Formats: sequence, structure tokens, C-alpha cells
Amino acid sequence: MKRAFPILAVLTALLLVYAFYQALWVAPTDALQGDVYRIIYYHVPSAWTAFLLFFINFIASVQYLANARPSTARAARWIVIAIGIIGFVAPFIPQVKQQLPTGMYPSSVATTFLIITGLYFVIGKYFVDQDLDVLAVTTAEVGVVFCSIVLVTGPIWARPVWGIWWAPGDIRLTSTLVLWLIYVSYLVLRRFSDSAQTQKLAAVLAVFGALDVPLVYFSIWFFRTQHPQPVIGGGGSMDPRMLHVLLISWMAFLCFAFLVCWSRYRLEKLRREVEEAEALESLLEPAGLAGPSSAVKTPLSRGSK
Amino acid sequence: MNSIKFLYAAYIATWLIHSLYIGSLVRRYGRLRQQMKDLGRGK
Amino acid sequence: MRSFWSIALSTLTKDIRLEWRSKDALNAMLFFSLLVVVIFVFSFDPLAEESRHIVGGLVWVAFLFAAVVALNQTWARELRNQVLDAYRVSPAPANALFLAKAIGNFILVSLLEALMAPLFVIFYNLRVLGPAWQLIPVTLLGTWALVVNGTFFAAMSLRTRSRELMLPLLLFPVSIPAVISMVAATTSILTGDDPAHFYIVLLLTYDVVFTTACLALFETVLQAE
Repeated sequence: MKRAFPILAVLTALLLVYAFYQALWVAPTDALQGDVYRIIYYHVPSAWTAFLLFFINFIASVQYLANARPSTARAARWIVIAIGIIGFVAPFIPQVKQQLPTGMYPSSVATTFLIITGLYFVIGKYFVDQDLDVLAVTTAEVGVVFCSIVLVTGPIWARPVWGIWWAPGDIRLTSTLVLWLIYVSYLVLRRFSDSAQTQKLAAVLAVFGALDVPLVYFSIWFFRTQHPQPVIGGGGSMDPRMLHVLLISWMAFLCFAFLVCWSRYRLEKLRREVEEAEALESLLEPAGLAGPSSAVKTPLSRGSK
Repeated sequence: MNSIKFLYAAYIATWLIHSLYIGSLVRRYGRLRQQMKDLGRGK
Repeated sequence: MRSFWSIALSTLTKDIRLEWRSKDALNAMLFFSLLVVVIFVFSFDPLAEESRHIVGGLVWVAFLFAAVVALNQTWARELRNQVLDAYRVSPAPANALFLAKAIGNFILVSLLEALMAPLFVIFYNLRVLGPAWQLIPVTLLGTWALVVNGTFFAAMSLRTRSRELMLPLLLFPVSIPAVISMVAATTSILTGDDPAHFYIVLLLTYDVVFTTACLALFETVLQAE
């Protein structure tokens, strides 16, 4: 597995260069915004990647909490299956179909729910117990990095196009800001908490954050209807050539995110191993059992037994 | 054409943030490797 | 179910009785609330034309500061006397304790708000142009939103470094939709410009969702040692 990393890194770098070339030279110039709009090819893929990572964190956190007992683990699995089935069937029912926003196809909503269920079980299969928590902290950290990029490139894009850095009613950017705040507080909780159950607390916080997100969206949405704001990013459909480059860019950043997550994941596992080894050593040291060399380094320890 | 500066700024900012993060990962790896070496020597 | 409510009630009355016997903390909090209002009055000119538009925000920010001060001492007494350990090993349902603490905090914060609100009315010469009675559900739901999550995060912060800093750090991001709703609703009612119904419904939804989440997950947090 480890040998694959350099190869993948080179491939990803090439993909990123290709996406860069596509974004700056191949994609057509926007009629209204000129060339500045090309920020979209970094801004939007970063957003999608961040949301995906946070979503994986949410799934890992829920599983971590649910797996504490077999009864809750089973219940959680059935609930996820139910969500998948309902989410797959519902968009095709006429009453529900009408409620969908324009441009959102029922089949894409259905597929999304299938992916959600699939993701839950795939993650559950390949990550068990502690690994779930390692996955959670990894995706949270890398997610915050990508989210920061969204929050930095967003205002940089808004300023030349709309003359303002920030619009309080801009639902997407403001929701992203709140998501960023929630996950930064998640990381701070992990850093500041030294109890044995930090992981459980962090998982609980992730669940709270996930519950919060739709509420954030609705509160800003209604605020915006009362205080009309410029729509940043524009509604409506996109030139298919632009969409094509956007997807290429997203693929490149996804591969990049995957590699960064993989590195962070390995780092975290290594860190935990070292921590355990250090704890073991400090337990054995007073008895002079830590190893042959300890007799040289800490001669007093043998006497203290 | 002043607005093109914002495009450069956005792209540079993106890679700056990514480099800072990857840099911190490298630094943490280094520190861990040092700790492992200390453990091996029996501290 | 009967024992759940009797446990919650007895814990609540015990807390109120203890707090009432030594009113030091309570008096300090009341004075702090007064100070916050005064600072705001000096920072944001009450005579300005737009004052009615921003007072909604000022009032709730002031309430938020007072709430954080009140919430920070939620578990202090329990921590001092190892009550939490006793609770952990007892068969009593953990969320009965949580509910008692949350209701106790709700009463305390409401008391602070009852002091601060008239001061705002006086200093800012407030006249309510919209349906004034709607301020009651907004205040009740908004205060509960802050208090229920605040009590929960206070428990989560117990074993962290910088405990008093951790509470607002965790509370503020999650409370943002509630704060938006409270402030927007209050401003709507004060200015009479727009209806506040949607925000009140959103606050109610927020309260239901997070009260359920807190009750469901408090056991997990309490067991975290």
C-alpha cells in the first residue's frame, strides 16, 4: 500500500496541472465577469470536497457512538437502510417531485441517498472502533483546510464582481462559515480535552453540528427573503464547457484531498502508537523493566523499586 | 483588467493554505520520528 | 416515568434552595448584567435614528453574555462535591439531572433578562411597533435554545482545559441559527416591518431538535470521565 503513495502523488500532481491548464486556458471567458470568474474552478470544488469530508466525519461519528453497544449499532444500521430506501423512492413520487428545486433531478436525489447508505456501510466495514475515530479527526482537519479555502476565495471572487467582500444574506457562504466554525470548535475540543473519552465527546459534537446545518440554512434563507441580497455564484444553468472543466477540477482536488487524508490518517495512527509506547514505558520504568538501556539512563530507578 | 489580480490572489491563496497544512503534517511527522528514536534509545 | 420527573424536580428544588441561601453568585450575575447593558448604552448611541433596528441584536448579545456567565457555574457545585461520580453509579436516569439543570439555568437566565430588558427599554426609549405579545414566545424559545445547549456543552467542557473558555467556544457556532432567528424576530416585532412567524417556528424547531438531542446524548457525556 505504501508504495502506491508516490505513484498516486505524481498522478495527482499531473491531474492538478491539467485542471489548472483547463481552468485558465481552455474554459471559455465568461460574458459578464470576464476572466475573474475562473476562481470558480478552485472555489466550488473546494466547497464540494469540504462538504464531502465533513459528511464522512458525520458518518464516522455516528457509527462510533452507535457501535458502543450492539443494540444501538443494529438500530443505527436499520435507520440508515430506511433512509436509503425512502430517499431512493420518494423523489419519484409526484407530490415530492413538485417540491424539488428546479434543476434538481429526482434521479440525482435518489442516487445521493443511495450513496449515503452505501457510504455508511462501506465505512463501517473498513473502519472499526478506533479507526472510525481516526477517520473522524482526519476528515475534520482536512475538511477545515478546504473549507478555509472556500471562505478565502469566496470574498476574493465577490469583491471584483459585486463590489462587496461579504453579503450577510449570501446563504452559501454564510452556511459555509458556520460549518467552518463548528468544525474548528470540534478540533479545539479535541485539542483541549484530555479525558479518556475525548473521542466520544467529539463525536457528540459532530452530531450536534450536523443537526445544526439545515437549521442554519433555513434561518439565512428566510433572512434573505426579507433582505434581498446579490446572488453570488449566480443561479441557472452553466455553459456545458464550463461544467466540464469544473468537474475535471473537482476530480483533481478529490484525488489531492484523498492523498492528504491518507497522510493525515497514517500520521494519526503513528501518533497513537507512539503515545501508547510512551505510556507503556513510563509504566515500566520505575520497575527498571523498560529495557536493558534504561539501566544506563536511569540508574536510580532500580533502587527505587 | 484590475480584476485579474483577484484571480491570481485566489489561486495563490489556495496553494498557500494547502502548503501550510502539508508543511505542518511534515513537521509533525518529523517530531514523531524523533520521539520514536528517543523511545528506541530507552530515553 | 414518575421517578424521572420526581428526580428532576427534587434536583431542581435543591439547586434553587442552595442558590437562594447564598445569593453571592446571583447578585454578582445581576450586577454583571447591569454592566453589560450600560456598556452597550455607551457604545451604541441610543438617540440615533436606526437604534430601533439594531436594538434587537444588542439585547440578544447582552442576553448571550449574561447566559454564558450563568452557564459557566452550572456544574461547579457538583464538581466540588463529587456529585457527578455519585450520579454516574446511581440507577437514576442521567437526563433527569440534565433537565433539572437546564430548567434551573432557564429560570436564572430569565431572571437576568427580566432585569436587563426594562433597562434597554428605558435607555433606548423603545416603543414596540409590531405585535408586542409575540416577544413572549420569542424570548421563551430563544432563552431555552441558549440554555439547553449551554447546559449540555457546560457538561462537555468539564474535563477540558480552559473550561470557561470552552463553553462559549462550543456554544456559539451551534447557536447561530437560533441567534439569527431571535434577533430577526425581535427586530421584526420592534420595527413592525415584517412578520416574525417564520422565525418563531424556526426557534420552536431548533428547541425541539436540540432538546431531544441533549436528552438522548447526555448519558454519553456524563459517562465521559
